[in-house]
Amino acid sequence: MDIRLSGINHSYDDLEVLRDVTLDIPSGKIVCVVGPSGCGKSTLLRLIGGLERPTSGEILQMGDVPENCLNPLTYVFQDFALLPWRTVHGNISLVLEDHGIRGARAQVIIDDVLERTRLTDFAKALPRQLSGGMKQRVAIARALAVNPAVMLMDEPLSALDSQTRELLIDDLVALWSRTPFTAVYVTHNLAEAVRLGHLIVVLSRRPGEIREIVEIDKPLADRRYADPDLEIQQKRLWDLMREEARAADEELIHV
Amino acid sequence: MSEKSSKPRSVEFRGGGFAPVSHRWVGLVVFIVLIVLAEVGTQTGFISALTMPKPSDVLETFHQLYVSGLLWKHLVPSITRLLVGATLGITVGIWVGVMIGLFSYVRAGLVPLVAAIFPIPKIALLPLFVIWFGIDEASKYALIAFGTFTPTVVATYGAVDNVDRTLIRMGQSFGLSWTSIVRKIVLPGAMAGILSGLRISMAIAIILLVAAEMLGAEYGIGAYILEAGSLYDLERLFAGVVILSVMGVLVSAAISAVERKLLGWRT
Repeated sequence: MDIRLSGINHSYDDLEVLRDVTLDIPSGKIVCVVGPSGCGKSTLLRLIGGLERPTSGEILQMGDVPENCLNPLTYVFQDFALLPWRTVHGNISLVLEDHGIRGARAQVIIDDVLERTRLTDFAKALPRQLSGGMKQRVAIARALAVNPAVMLMDEPLSALDSQTRELLIDDLVALWSRTPFTAVYVTHNLAEAVRLGHLIVVLSRRPGEIREIVEIDKPLADRRYADPDLEIQQKRLWDLMREEARAADEELIHV
Repeated sequence: MSEKSSKPRSVEFRGGGFAPVSHRWVGLVVFIVLIVLAEVGTQTGFISALTMPKPSDVLETFHQLYVSGLLWKHLVPSITRLLVGATLGITVGIWVGVMIGLFSYVRAGLVPLVAAIFPIPKIALLPLFVIWFGIDEASKYALIAFGTFTPTVVATYGAVDNVDRTLIRMGQSFGLSWTSIVRKIVLPGAMAGILSGLRISMAIAIILLVAAEMLGAEYGIGAYILEAGSLYDLERLFAGVVILSVMGVLVSAAISAVERKLLGWRT
C-alpha cells in the first residue's frame, strides 16, 4: 500500500507548523523524514496515522492492505509506550485481543514476532526488567503483530544510547531484509537516516516545507557503520540543514 | 599539589538518609514499648487509675467480652455496617470518579458539586439521613457510604488524570475500542491512585461508623464505647478503642495485600 500526501498544511491556532507538504510513500520502502527540531516532523507522522487532522490537504491510502492486516497504519513511539503492568507477551496480545484473536491463534502470532525480534526468551518479563533497547524491540514486535501496511516510526531510537542504537539499526535492517516493510521514519539523527532510508525527506524549519528529497540507492544490507559513501551523503544533508538548524535553535519557544 | 601539603583524607560520606527502607518490626516495638510503659506506670501508681486503666485490666475486660459472647454481638453489626456502607460509597465513588476523569461535561458538572459536599461533616447530616432512610440500619449505611464517596471520587479522578497520555494514544493508534482503552489502560493505570485514596476512605468509614453508632444503636463498637464512657468505665472504653485500632490496622493490611496483588508490576 502506498500513501500519498497532497498539499498538507497544518497549524495550531496561529502557529503554522507544516506548509504545502506533498509526498509519496512508496510501498516496501523506508522513507526517513529529517529536519531541525520543531519543524513538524512528528506532527506529520501523527497526521499520516490519523491521530490528528490536517488543517488542509489530503492523505490517501493507495491500493490494498496486505492480507491479515489488523491495523494498516501502526506506530512505534519514541518512549516505547508499553503497558508497565503487562508482560512482553501481554503487551503484544493487547493489540490482538480487540480483533478477537486469543489463545492458540494469538500464540502463533506472538511467537513469530518475538522470534523475529529475538525476544523469545523474554515473553514473561515485565517492561521494567528490560533495557531500553529491548523495550523498543518489544514495541517493534507489537507493531509487527498487527501486520501493518505502513509502520510510522517516531524517533524510535532517540531514547536509546548510541551503542544500543547501532544494534537496533542492525536489527531493523535485518527485519527489513527478511520481509520488506513500508515505513515512515522520523528522526533528527542524520546517521540513522542514511543507514535506514531509501528516501530521505529534508524538512525546513517551522513552518516545515520539503527542502529536498534525497534518494540513496545503496541496498540497506550493504550499508555499514562509518560507511564512506554514507558519510558523504550525511555531510551533504547536514550542509542542507545546518543554517536551518541554527536558526531553529535560536528561535524563542512558542508557547 | 597544594601549597600546604596535608595528609590524604578519605572522602566523607554524606549521601545517607532520605531513602525509605522497610523496617516492619519497628512499628511493633513502638506499640509494645508504649504498652509496657503504661503498665509499669499504672502498677507503680505513677499514672493514677483515674487517668488511665492498667493495660492488663483492659486485656482482662477484653477477655470477659470475648467469653460472654458480647464481643461478636457488638462486632458483627459494626462490621456489617462498615462493609455495606463502604462498599456502596466506594463503588459509586470509583464509578463517578472515572466518569469525571473521562468526560469533560461530567467533570464540569460534578467537580464543583463534590467540592461543595466534601467539607460537610457528614455526622451533621445523620438526623437528615434518619428522616430519609429511617432510624434503622439504612441511615447508618447511607452515612458511611456518603462519607467514603467524596474522598474516593477525588482520588479516582485525580488518578485517571495522571494516567500516561502516551499509553492512551498508543491504544488509539492500534485501533483499540473505547471500552478496551478504559478497561485495559485507564483503570490499571489509575489503580495505584485509587487504592491510596481507599486508605483514606476506609479510615473515614471507621470514624463515621462509630459516630453513627454513638447516635443511635443498641449494639456496635460505637454504642459499646459510648456506654462505657457514660459509666466512666475506662477499661471498657479502652477495650473498645483497641478494637477500633485493630480494625484500622486490618483494613490497612487488607489494602496493602490488594496493592501487592494488583501493583506487583511497580517494584
